[in-house]
Amino acid sequence: MVSISIEGLSVDLGGRAILRDVAMQLAPGALIGVIGPNGAGKSTLIRAMLGLLPFQRGQVTIDGQAVGAMAPRDLAKAIAYLPQGQVLHWPLSVERLVGLGRLPHLGPLSRPGAQDREAIDEAMCRADIASLADRTATELSGGERARVMLARALAVGARGLVVDEPLASLDPGHQIDVMELLAREARRGALVVVVLHDLSMAARYCDRLLLMDEGRLIADGTPAQILTQDRLRAVYGISGHIDLTGDAPMVVPMARWPQVGAEQQADAG
Amino acid sequence: MMRHRHPALVPALAIITASVAILSLGLGPVSIPVGRIMAVLTGHGDAIDRAILIDLRLPRMLIGLLVGAMLGLAGAVLQGYLRNPLAEPSVLGASNAAALGAVGALYFGIAQWHIAMLPIMAIAGALVALGALFFLAGESESPLTLILAGIAVSTLALACISLALNLSPNPFAAMEIMAWLLGSIENRSFEHVWIVLPCVAIGMALLLYDGRALDALSLGEDGARSLGVDLPRLRLRLLLGVAIGVGGAVAVSGSIGFIGLIVPHLMRPLTDRSPSAILLPSMLGGALLLTASDMLVRIIPSTNELKLGVVTAFLGVPVFLAHLLRERRLW
Repeated sequence: MVSISIEGLSVDLGGRAILRDVAMQLAPGALIGVIGPNGAGKSTLIRAMLGLLPFQRGQVTIDGQAVGAMAPRDLAKAIAYLPQGQVLHWPLSVERLVGLGRLPHLGPLSRPGAQDREAIDEAMCRADIASLADRTATELSGGERARVMLARALAVGARGLVVDEPLASLDPGHQIDVMELLAREARRGALVVVVLHDLSMAARYCDRLLLMDEGRLIADGTPAQILTQDRLRAVYGISGHIDLTGDAPMVVPMARWPQVGAEQQADAG
Repeated sequence: MMRHRHPALVPALAIITASVAILSLGLGPVSIPVGRIMAVLTGHGDAIDRAILIDLRLPRMLIGLLVGAMLGLAGAVLQGYLRNPLAEPSVLGASNAAALGAVGALYFGIAQWHIAMLPIMAIAGALVALGALFFLAGESESPLTLILAGIAVSTLALACISLALNLSPNPFAAMEIMAWLLGSIENRSFEHVWIVLPCVAIGMALLLYDGRALDALSLGEDGARSLGVDLPRLRLRLLLGVAIGVGGAVAVSGSIGFIGLIVPHLMRPLTDRSPSAILLPSMLGGALLLTASDMLVRIIPSTNELKLGVVTAFLGVPVFLAHLLRERRLW
């Protein structure tokens, strides 16, 4: 089990406050979604949380240990991270790419052992990419690439998984695949944090949502508590159709809010 | 993981390199057949053969192997670190700055103080250049910034060498400075081997250590850091490894271009293309290419021996271009 505790976290980049006094407790077992408009500080939060970005004030602890004091390798073993728009600089095979996830467990000159082999196979199985093993990763379609990158993160075998916008450029079918994969990992007892833009997906799969705006955490709760008309207007500046009652909750953005001369149309949502 | 596409690549390269190196001993004004070479190497053979082979040709062969291996490895490591197929020690200014250090040692007479002064100045040149480079490129560590800054440093070093050439007191000094620009390993003795050997050994140890970190960098800087790579330490080891290794190599051979650029490209398709998998093959391939080039230097009839850097370019560039045209779809 791994849990993350954040207190009074503030990050300034280039003299501008990107994160202001953010506090949260993240526990395993539930799929946690981070939502908010562009520039709300979601990615910055994630990167500061994982020690990838220095922060000016506040504290981030992972299982009681301050992030800044952890050895990079221990941090890597505790929490796997898939950055937004993950790039791949060399045309590696899919299997080799997924194998990169084992690096935190390997010494500089040691060879991967049976345990690493097993973790790689299992990760490819869980992400449903076993059939792609020998393909060149740079030649895959967007959907295949997204699952391969997820498998790379799963291969770390960490108890925590942090994924930044995994749904970008995926078709609806692959979006569902990825979200179900993440939800499964959370059910298995992992700490899973995912940054999302698709509010329907967030409502449908996440157990808990963190709503960010202008560098602050402004709401933290279940999708039903977070996704309200008032918040859509205040945070995203939109009106939308919200239906969280059925098996497939929906949040459909309808119009900019406030919309000049067309209030009644927005009210309909 | 670590599965080479051709599992026998490294052993095969090692055998070919060793064979070519032994063959190269036979080349020179006095041609010595392989049988007599083997006799000398196994401790027999006549005294004249031994004097020619051990005292004259063996140092040259060893320097060729060491310098070539160092340049090939440094190129492979830099391409992996910068995630850029254009990177090599001379693109980052390391070779030219080391040559400038050596030229400075000659020009100001520092080289006469002690035999170790010239390699020390060469290493210092490479260190200052790479240090300035990483300082110029700043915290961003963006590969493109580093390469652009490297071209600036390289050009400046070249300009300073040309200045030394212009101001050199006599044509002989100018000739000697020219040799640093184009590279040569003729007339080397065991003294030179003892200079280059420790530098190359340290450089190689530092560079071979980080194969896995280079693999992690395939995923970019955040990707690598989230896999537990300590980037500032990696950068420090790399800086020292390239500066000491390439600095020491340039101190005895002058600035030999293209090997660090070409060899990793030739080796990459033979491996699984991960940065760590091309390190050893590039090391052996560099040794092979430089030794073969040095044989050509001796075979091609000319009044002055051709400069090694010229031959590596003539030999390497066509192969490189042919390879590039075949492979370009992958970039």
